[in-house]
Amino acid sequence: MPNRWFILTGERGRFDIRRMLNSAPGAAIDADGLRVVRGGRTVLRDVAFSVPRGSVTGLLGPSGCGKSTLMRAVTGVQDNVSGRLDVLGLPAGDRRLRDRVGYVTQAPSVYADLTVRENLHYFAALLRAPARDVDRVVEQVDLGDHQHARVERLSGGQRARVSLAAALLGTPELLVLDEPTVGLDPVLRRDLWALFHRLAADGATLLVSSHVMDEAERCKELLLMRDGELLAQDTLPELLARTGTDSAESAFLALIESRGDADPEEARR
Amino acid sequence: MNALTATALRVLRQLRHDPRTIALMLLVPCLLLALLRWLYDGSPQTFDRIGGPLLGIFPFVVMFLVTSVATLRERSTGTLERLLTLPIRKADLIGGYALAFGLVAVVQAVLATGLSVGLLGLDVAGATWLVLLVAVLDALLGLALGLLVSAFANTEFQAVQFMPAVVLPQFLLCGLLVPRDQMQPVLRAISDVLPLSYAVDAMVRLTGSSEVGSRLVLDIAVVAGCVLAALGLGALTLRRRTP
Repeated sequence: MPNRWFILTGERGRFDIRRMLNSAPGAAIDADGLRVVRGGRTVLRDVAFSVPRGSVTGLLGPSGCGKSTLMRAVTGVQDNVSGRLDVLGLPAGDRRLRDRVGYVTQAPSVYADLTVRENLHYFAALLRAPARDVDRVVEQVDLGDHQHARVERLSGGQRARVSLAAALLGTPELLVLDEPTVGLDPVLRRDLWALFHRLAADGATLLVSSHVMDEAERCKELLLMRDGELLAQDTLPELLARTGTDSAESAFLALIESRGDADPEEARR
Repeated sequence: MNALTATALRVLRQLRHDPRTIALMLLVPCLLLALLRWLYDGSPQTFDRIGGPLLGIFPFVVMFLVTSVATLRERSTGTLERLLTLPIRKADLIGGYALAFGLVAVVQAVLATGLSVGLLGLDVAGATWLVLLVAVLDALLGLALGLLVSAFANTEFQAVQFMPAVVLPQFLLCGLLVPRDQMQPVLRAISDVLPLSYAVDAMVRLTGSSEVGSRLVLDIAVVAGCVLAALGLGALTLRRRTP
């Protein structure tokens, strides 16, 4: 049956029926057969998943497993992407998504020689966000005491929060956050996760990556990745029930062992 | 506020936090011109001959360096990638840089020209505003080439090395050291396709005569055309999707 649809509509047709049948309705991100090649190496292999709107979805896996590449593909900055990848109902990277998707890279990408407010005012102007948005995001990431300091004088964690604040400007519908809580103090980490859930409650969708398995407990949906492949998409309780384990870490191990490629070197061959 | 002016203001704010760079950009050309005047104390006509062209060459070199490093920094800190995910056109980004550094170039040209004509006794037959115009165009030429070559540099070390590679050959062949019509035919031909040659020709014509001839207009048009072409090529090097 699917093959017939394929013939009728073509793989990339504008009104592709197969595409409509396969897409989860209302998904913020919907991927199928996603593949990314970097420097001759396939770093994402046949990845399929969907991220429901209004959720906090955790993208978990060891560093180097392809989390950042997947996020770059979603935000449309990654080259050599094949397969289907829809973001808010449009192909990833579509120009109409530029003020609807907020992206925070792992390394803070703000101007170190400007103050926190100068940075935010600039990005707000580009997004045509209202001026009071700057005050809102400064408060959301708790940088009120440092808003007039130059970014280069701030700590690593504070810089990461400036970068996050910039992505919150204009209230994007989808936030793609690459390791936003790495190296942060536990209190701050808790506060940020609370912020992520508040944003989701207000209707935003968040895709948050982490290489720390504990953070799985803070996410509604989980995407587990390893070595360029998606191991599972599930909620934490379902994942634990299915693998008969009691933590995200052991569930991850159980999934790898059940695939019979526990040795990463072996898996690559 | 539109993306173009927002970007120009942002670049100027970055400069404002770096007073040492501003001082170097504005004062070094003035100091060098004063040094040159002192060097040729015995032959004011030599100073007249090379002072004019240098008023155009200094802003060219300074802007080339500043822009290639600034753009490389945007690339290496990830801010360029962030900008390219936001609703900003590449033309607005490049235009913002051109506007901000263009303003600095105006101040630099006013200071250097004012000093040369007012205090150092440089003889300029043509209109001063035309000298300023050509100096600012030269600065924009440096800016556009700096932006273009920064795409081919991965580190600030490499970016700085493009100065001798791109700027020095143009300086050697621009007609300042050996008049262009006395050059070997091959060198003359090369000098004919280098934009700085036209910038220097324009300055020589301006300092030598008060009339605005068609050759002067042509020289200025060639420099302006090269600025636009290099900015256009620079825009092509800004890729929204990268490997």
